[in-house]
Amino acid sequence: MRLSKIIIILFSFVFISNADSLSAAGGEAYKNLKPGFSFEGPFGKFDRESLKRGYQVYSEVCASCHGMKQLSFRNLSQPGGPEFSIDKVKEIAAEYFIMDGADEYGDPVERARIPSDRFQSPFDSKDAAKAANNGAYPPDLSLITKARSDGTNYIYSLLSGYEETMPDNITIDDALSYNPWFPGNAIAMAQPLYDEMVEYTDGTEATISQMSYDVANFLTWAAEPSMEERKSLGIIVMGFLIIFLILMFFSVRRLFEDVH
Amino acid sequence: MNHDHEYTPSNGFTKWLDKRLPLIRFADENMLSFPTPKNLNYFWTFGFILTLCLVTQIITGIVLAMHYTPHVLMAFDSIEHIMRDVNYGWLIRYIHANGASMFFLAVFIHMFRGLYYGSYKEPREILWILGVVIFLLMIITAFMGYVLVWGQMSFWGATVITNLVATIPVVGESILTLLLGGFSVDNPTLNRFFSLHYLLPFVIFGVVILHIWALHVTGNNNPTGISVKDSNDTISFHPYYTVKDLFAYVVFLLMFSYFIFYNPNILGHPDNYIEADPMVTPAHIVPEWYLLPFYAILRAVPDKLMGVLLMFGSIVVLFFLPWLDTMKVRSARYRPTYKIFYFTFLVCCLLLGYLGGQAPEGIYLFLSRVCTIYYFAFFLVVMPILSKYERPSPMPIGISNPAINNNLEMDDNLAPSGNN
Repeated sequence: MRLSKIIIILFSFVFISNADSLSAAGGEAYKNLKPGFSFEGPFGKFDRESLKRGYQVYSEVCASCHGMKQLSFRNLSQPGGPEFSIDKVKEIAAEYFIMDGADEYGDPVERARIPSDRFQSPFDSKDAAKAANNGAYPPDLSLITKARSDGTNYIYSLLSGYEETMPDNITIDDALSYNPWFPGNAIAMAQPLYDEMVEYTDGTEATISQMSYDVANFLTWAAEPSMEERKSLGIIVMGFLIIFLILMFFSVRRLFEDVH
Repeated sequence: MNHDHEYTPSNGFTKWLDKRLPLIRFADENMLSFPTPKNLNYFWTFGFILTLCLVTQIITGIVLAMHYTPHVLMAFDSIEHIMRDVNYGWLIRYIHANGASMFFLAVFIHMFRGLYYGSYKEPREILWILGVVIFLLMIITAFMGYVLVWGQMSFWGATVITNLVATIPVVGESILTLLLGGFSVDNPTLNRFFSLHYLLPFVIFGVVILHIWALHVTGNNNPTGISVKDSNDTISFHPYYTVKDLFAYVVFLLMFSYFIFYNPNILGHPDNYIEADPMVTPAHIVPEWYLLPFYAILRAVPDKLMGVLLMFGSIVVLFFLPWLDTMKVRSARYRPTYKIFYFTFLVCCLLLGYLGGQAPEGIYLFLSRVCTIYYFAFFLVVMPILSKYERPSPMPIGISNPAINNNLEMDDNLAPSGNN
């Protein structure tokens, strides 16, 4: 037994220390704020109203520079997400256009998007995006919360964390903005959110922190639309395994009873 | 116990089959009535667990390959396609990605068990060597699999590791070009890594069969390290160890499930959710956790070629274990001095794992060097010296006989007993 205990303790030490080193990899920045999200924990589910508001913030503010190429409009109506109605999703999709196929003369044809189409990226290429943004590339947001350590809290902290006054000992390029949550503190994205910038359809007051919260929530769902399915399947699988474990435990005990 | 029974075909068909291809007899002898020491502890369940790990990786991998596109422009998106559009694709991919970590966790425990109980000693040298071959193949396979994701860490990890080849004098550059299919990590690299990542698991599977074959020739070692003498020392594999192994596997699956369903990305690096970009280097390039000890050894040496040699040497040295440690007593249970060095070695390996994730500077670099020196000293200095001078503590006469053996004719006690 001694050997097993020692090994378990030491291995858990390695896991824990690794997790630490990963979160430290972002560079010198403030520790993320933790506003608390409903999807956290093994039974967590997304707050649908917040996801809907988050989509509104994304489409009205973020989408002018950031694409979300991994998402299709149909995702917006699927279970475990914002769960817009299918008609609403058709309406949303139809606001965007796509070049699709060619007509009888071989000329490209443009049509309105349908739910099975992907989200439209604001720029045709990375170079075009850079050219329009002072040389900085606004990253695609499909996976942003998974591509950053503690992603959801990081996005929330970053968006709500722009500060007008910066400490005297820091100097940054005029084209950049000061944000203590960004690694290196100088970020190419100017403060994107201001109070009442968005008029929420459900009447919620659009403060900077509310919008940051909703959009961080939305981006977390977007990074992994199957999260609710994953967690609920996990309960079933682990429940089954625990029952199986108990049966196996007594089987082993019984079997080895007369092995001396 | 009841393992003395011999397989007798019961009906016409099985009798007919038994004369031509004794498949059922083979299964009976190797999986059901196989005589197994009765005192095996839970550390002996990892062979079974590892076999299932390999099967899991192969099955999930085959399904993933049906939906994956090995092209630099599409690889990353095709994985997101699996995660988002394929039915239960997220589940299959998370099983495969975390399964690799679980596979390594199990193989580390399996190897440290062998090291503790002297499972590599006579007559199990070939068994151990085959195990090291499997381990080496696993490392190569896992590394290539990680590249297929085509995230930032995939790309830069591949760049760093393949460039190690270039340190080989004279032919290094040519081998590197051949390995990459060009002058940098690019589409040809991804293509050949995909091809090899699909091939190697089947090679592993083949070596696993040899590994199990070798095991069934010598029989299991056991926690006392004392050879099995007669049928009083053994029980049949089934039902005793099928059930015990299955119990251990369920415990293992519970931990595995935690990662799959509740923390699927904790063992990976967030940067690998950013598509590979040859123009942007990540702040820290780190391999997957299970390769960190070797990465730490690599970076502990100021000279690049020496670092590469030591890193490979850290695995190659394992091949020679049976001849470095010639002490007849197998189990560390009866080797008080070896035990101390063994646990120091264990701590040292875990520390190397931690250090591999840190920047190679200051105290981290210093500790990496100390641990690297100890890693090799343990095999090359401690083992041969202890083999010569260590005095084992008193041992029981046999697995079934706890009386202390006063006759110090160890050879007699530990000699292989042939086929039981």
